[in-house]
Amino acid sequence: MAALEIHNVRKEFGSERVLKDVSISIDSGEFLILVGPSGCGKSTLMNAIAGLEPVTSGNIYIDGKDVTWRTPAERDIAMVFQSYALYPSMTVRHNISFGLEMRKVPKAEREAAVERVADLLQISHLLERKPAQLSGGKRQRVAMGRALAREPKVYLFDEPLSNLDAKLRVDMRTEIKKLHPRLGTTIVYVTHDQVEAMTLADCIAVMRDGHILQLGSPDEVYNNPVDMFVAGFMGSPSMNFIRATLEADGDGYALRIATPDEVDLLLPWPNGPPYGRAGGAARQAGDSRPAA
Amino acid sequence: MSETPTRTALRPTASGRLQAWLPRLVLAPSVAVSPFFVYGFMLWTFVLSLTSSRMLPSYDFVGFGQYARLMANERWWVASTNLMIFGTLFIVICLVLGALLAMLLDQKIRQEGALRTVYLYPMALSFIVTGVVWKWLLNPQLGIQAMVRSWGFESFEFDWIVDPDMAVYTLVIAAVWQASGFVMALFLAGLRGIDDSIIKAAQLDGASLPRIYWRVVMPCLRPVVFSAVMILAHIAIKSFDLVVALTGGGPGYATDLPATFMYTHAFNRAQIGLGSASAMLMLGGVLAILIPYLYSELRSRKHG
Ligand SMILES: Nc1ncnc2c1ncn2[C@@H]1O[C@H](COP(=O)(O)OP(=O)(O)OP(=O)(O)O)[C@@H](O)[C@H]1O
Ligand SMILES: [Mg+2]
Repeated sequence: MAALEIHNVRKEFGSERVLKDVSISIDSGEFLILVGPSGCGKSTLMNAIAGLEPVTSGNIYIDGKDVTWRTPAERDIAMVFQSYALYPSMTVRHNISFGLEMRKVPKAEREAAVERVADLLQISHLLERKPAQLSGGKRQRVAMGRALAREPKVYLFDEPLSNLDAKLRVDMRTEIKKLHPRLGTTIVYVTHDQVEAMTLADCIAVMRDGHILQLGSPDEVYNNPVDMFVAGFMGSPSMNFIRATLEADGDGYALRIATPDEVDLLLPWPNGPPYGRAGGAARQAGDSRPAA
Repeated sequence: MSETPTRTALRPTASGRLQAWLPRLVLAPSVAVSPFFVYGFMLWTFVLSLTSSRMLPSYDFVGFGQYARLMANERWWVASTNLMIFGTLFIVICLVLGALLAMLLDQKIRQEGALRTVYLYPMALSFIVTGVVWKWLLNPQLGIQAMVRSWGFESFEFDWIVDPDMAVYTLVIAAVWQASGFVMALFLAGLRGIDDSIIKAAQLDGASLPRIYWRVVMPCLRPVVFSAVMILAHIAIKSFDLVVALTGGGPGYATDLPATFMYTHAFNRAQIGLGSASAMLMLGGVLAILIPYLYSELRSRKHG
């Protein structure tokens, strides 16, 4: 049974179509990473999953139940917001325990949970402060702590480590990596960090302009990108592209690559015609397979 | 070379000097005049309250005699009690109603602009107009009571304005009608300043809407409550025109407030000394309430 299934979800703000037929399905306990250029609708998709923005059409299932029209509280989701969204009037301790209090967790348990996540995120010394007295990176860790204190069905993390220094980011990434199998909770995670994406994910979804271009394991997305956009987007430093023409060469195929001094290079193509679905040998220039 | 700009800055041109002095020049008259007209008259009032002045100021000092007379004056106590009742109810009801209206308007409803104007509009009227309108509305022979009776509810009674025990509450009704829209606008501005995602986070945390407002949003609006209380307290204590227009202090002197008491005694009854003493007590009362509140608010804000 899929723990999280998004079925043909569309979202429009007025006439602006932000999500266009997004479908994703991941298994219980899987770690899904959403990547894509800024403004492609990642946060909007997170909000739709959380129930904070009603979808225009489509359905969302959590643990097989249709939750499309359920309230955020009923969906049992914890989220780290891109803007942190800490409660300004509450101390860090209270920020972390508020969700537990609202769900009627006894006081002793709440305090234990606060201690546990504060330890994990190295914020024990900040518990009595207000958010305004914290740096961006500290706030981000508190936001993370607020989510981790709960044990929801799904975690949604919207760029949770973007504001940390390099060292802390590696630490936190390691913690999340270790934590995930222990919790066994489904996680949807947005990041612009390639290393985070490749190391944490069970499954990567590459988005662009409100579409999911490719959904697959990090290995698949990296080694078998569906198109040039995905190929260019994944990996750091990014892939080089060389224009070439595929042509018949005796029994097999060869790539013809134009060079500035007008002497064409002809590279033999080893394994039959690439992209069975393309069928023909003469693929359009520019649509060629990326050279690694 | 690099020092040249500093040097020119040290020797300003005539127009530069004028620029620097202009704000001070413009402010100078009011700075010069306000100590005299505010603090000077306060002081003069205090001096007069120590004299036996009647029609005109005299300087025949009688110590705190006027204050003693005031304490023994039943009408003063009625006025003070009325201010307590009126002020407390007015401020509390305005805050609650204003906050509620703001929260309702904040639910992304249509025609919000129009509704906002409707609620805010009474504030554009003067208290005199409000007083007259409500005087008619509350008049048992003309207003609400007459209307409901004409619908067939013959036993309906709403005659607070002529009932000495209830008349003070009619002041509250009229003043709340006038000021709650303004408080709503203050709260609405405060609500708009709150990051949307905080409310979303609270929803995910499982808090119900009333709880979100009470636990998460209201604490962020403390500065708004602070300003609202300041403004409302100030309106309550100043309320003079409303009483004059709505009840004229009546029936009898049942709806006197310290401000009308002061006015009546100082200017109608030729008791300037007594009037001044009551003015000083009003000032004392205001300071006694405002200073601790200001102090605690400003201090807690500094310490977060
Ligand atoms: N409330 C809204 N009203 C109108 N348009 C919106 C709203 N929220 C988001 N959008 C639009 O939806 C698009 C996607 O926004 P979204 O925040 O989901 O991007 P994102 O992928 O999270 O970007 P980033 O990586 O910068 O966080 C943007 O073009 C944005 O202008
Ligand atoms: Mg985003």
